[in-house]
Amino acid sequence: MQLTDNNVLKEKQIHSPERITYLRVHNASCASCVNKIEGALKGVDGVQEATMNLAQSTVSVTGGAPVDNLINAIKSVGYNAEGITDTSDQSVLDEKEKADEAYYQRLMREMWIALSLGVPLMIYSLVIGEMTVTTTTERVVWLTIGLLTFGVMFFAGKHFYVGAWKSFINHSANMDTLIALGTGTAWIYSMFVVFFPSLVPEMARHVYFEATAMIIGLINLGLALEIKARGRTSEAIKRLIGLQPKTARVVRNGEDVDIAIEDVQLGDLVRVRPGEKISVDGVVLEGQTAVDESMLTGEPMPVEKAIGDEVVAGTVNKSGSILFRATRVGKDTALAQIIEMVKRAQNSKPPIGRLADLISAYFVPIVMIIAVVSALAWLNFGPDPRIAFAIVSATTVLIIACPCALGLATPMSVMVGVGKAAEAGVLIRNGEALQTASKITAMVLDKTGTITLGQPAVTDIILANENNKSSVLRLAASLEAGSEHPLALSIIESAKERGLDFGTVEQFRAIAGHGVEGIVEGQSLLFGNERLMQEKGIDIDAYVEKAQEMAAQAQTPMYFAVDGKLAAIIAVSDPIKSDSIEAIKRLQKNGVRVVMLTGDNRATAQAVAKKVGITEYFAEVLPDQKSDKIAELQGQGEIVGMTGDGINDAPALALANVGFAIGTGTDVAIESADITLMRGSLHGLADAIAVSKATLSNIKQNLLGAFIYNVAGVPVAAGLLYPFLGLLLSPVIAGAAMAFSSLTVVTNANRLRLFNAKNH
Amino acid sequence: MMIINLLGVALIVMIVWWFWLYKPQVVSADNNTVTIVVDNGTYEPSRIQLAASQDTTLRFVRKDASPCAATVVFSDIDISEELPLNKPKDISLPPLPSGEYLFSCQMQMYRGTLIVNRNGE
Repeated sequence: MQLTDNNVLKEKQIHSPERITYLRVHNASCASCVNKIEGALKGVDGVQEATMNLAQSTVSVTGGAPVDNLINAIKSVGYNAEGITDTSDQSVLDEKEKADEAYYQRLMREMWIALSLGVPLMIYSLVIGEMTVTTTTERVVWLTIGLLTFGVMFFAGKHFYVGAWKSFINHSANMDTLIALGTGTAWIYSMFVVFFPSLVPEMARHVYFEATAMIIGLINLGLALEIKARGRTSEAIKRLIGLQPKTARVVRNGEDVDIAIEDVQLGDLVRVRPGEKISVDGVVLEGQTAVDESMLTGEPMPVEKAIGDEVVAGTVNKSGSILFRATRVGKDTALAQIIEMVKRAQNSKPPIGRLADLISAYFVPIVMIIAVVSALAWLNFGPDPRIAFAIVSATTVLIIACPCALGLATPMSVMVGVGKAAEAGVLIRNGEALQTASKITAMVLDKTGTITLGQPAVTDIILANENNKSSVLRLAASLEAGSEHPLALSIIESAKERGLDFGTVEQFRAIAGHGVEGIVEGQSLLFGNERLMQEKGIDIDAYVEKAQEMAAQAQTPMYFAVDGKLAAIIAVSDPIKSDSIEAIKRLQKNGVRVVMLTGDNRATAQAVAKKVGITEYFAEVLPDQKSDKIAELQGQGEIVGMTGDGINDAPALALANVGFAIGTGTDVAIESADITLMRGSLHGLADAIAVSKATLSNIKQNLLGAFIYNVAGVPVAAGLLYPFLGLLLSPVIAGAAMAFSSLTVVTNANRLRLFNAKNH
Repeated sequence: MMIINLLGVALIVMIVWWFWLYKPQVVSADNNTVTIVVDNGTYEPSRIQLAASQDTTLRFVRKDASPCAATVVFSDIDISEELPLNKPKDISLPPLPSGEYLFSCQMQMYRGTLIVNRNGE
């Protein structure tokens, strides 16, 4: 029976993509409630399936029944319920796009309404003649046009006036205030001229209805185009959100069932076939495959996955079919966290934007004051008709000023820049990290796991007594069994490869930065560096030269002593990442001072540094001394970036001006650094710096453009050039300039989308 | 002309007083929850009083279709959220030390202030 039900369910879910409605049920607390509620829902017309999750007090209903009917059915059996809004990133994004599209259409409609009056009036004024009121017929004609203009103001510009009024009563002022005041002043003055021409000097009997209609039309057009341009600035986040699959195929009662992604529970077994997206994070239980993680890490080569390996949501299964256990679902998946982090960073502001914010806050009232001062100046000192000049200059000042260009300058560039970095597998925490990264002058690289793969292996064993290599390795591995240090792991791994069994370690003690000690099978063991041996009084003189030779070949020699006597030197080598040399060269080419930091001995450090082209390094640095080295560089006036894999690096990462956490694959330390590199390659550092520099330069262009536009535009609009050049701007020109100034800022920010960090 | 000049100066004084010196009414949070409507270029209420060291939920209801209204930014506490149109969006604030915290749209045109007092008074 169960099997049949499941088959039916599977059939429906796979082949009939019916609407699923989610409801939250209140005061249902027992298993019998579940049957009652499910039964009541199944009785509603249009419901095909109803499944309640008692733990979450939610019910999912498959079918096309209206939500109200479902709620009433639940109420009829004595419980309360409400609809749950789908708050997934995709649905929020879809709704935002729908709302933006509707707003765009509205603005375009309003633009046509306004321009259909404004353009003929403009042509009339340019081609046929002055728009003056001298005869009674003209008064009637202009009154009619004045009323038509009022219609335009109502149908196409109502949002400006309502916004301005609402802001005014809330003691604030915004762009609506300026547009409403500018167009309102022009219209009221024109109507005054129409009604009371005798109260206005003859030369000033001019109407400005074309200005009102044109300004409303042009600004609506500018806003509409800005919406489209803004949509493009969030393409990167859209792409990330689009990676999230909508369904998952889970194994329930031995059957594969397609369910909504929101219904996947921790521990669910999820099956993924070749070519499909991985739906949630998990650990592979069956099968092996290659997974394309490039969309998250920027790493183009597919990554091999076998039993025990982690897979993450949003990546694509390329070759084999796998079964995995869900370990992170919903908002906890790496992809969801990355989306959250990118969204947060896109909305944060770098310090460079603070001045613009401060100016924006006072901008509109200042422009209003300038408009009043300008009108007074024309009235007091201007040529005739003074009143007309005063009205034109005040209107033009109000219309040309564009607080939006200033306000948009920083956030639009940050939006595109942070998104661009995310596409390259670089997660930037916030605007401040972005700005500081653009100024980095020195980059400190931890050796192990950053320059090298962090997977050391035993490469040589030099015996110092009659022991054989296997017995030395067996004792060393037994001693290290409790340690998680990468070097210890290499010893253990090597012993396992030789099939050696391990003894039990007693009195184990790790001596930070030196090594370890303990007792195995009654023998007192010491394993560590030269310093440890010297401190413990072990004679190593005869082998120091040999150890130095090993170090010069970029191996790390470690001394192993048994019962107070040197037994062997075990050399371990950690391969350098294939692209470290090239990436370091790229950093240096861009003027960054690259410094290596390692706890390893000086000779090994020197050998590795030489191999990768680094001339400066700090060797034999104890974990707690790493931050001292950062401070030392900062003391020399450097803006320091520190890159580490998160092990023992936290204080140094925190102290550095910018801390970079380097991940391998999608195993990222998202919360631990200013900038997280999703892939192990050091090219991510150069990419991060290049994107930051490009973004900051884009912000500067935007800010400079917006400042110059306003600083130059407002005085010109006020008529500052009139005494010298006889130039006074038309309010229509001001309207066009204003509408397109913010569009220019958004378009310039969009240029960043074409930036390719790899070329820098 | 003198009268017009005096009127002009009075207008400037009024602008300064109305937009900068006057402080709008402050609304207190009931049960640590406040509903803020985003409409026609404003946050209503725009000045909100909260008690220090308490969690608070701000429920934003955006009725303004302008994309400017789509994001609210609390730059002092590093919070920014997208506001869906015509749907409530709850933003949970951690307990805040006493002080004034600005919140705004990305362009600083929509502006509000959280006033956090030690005893919520």
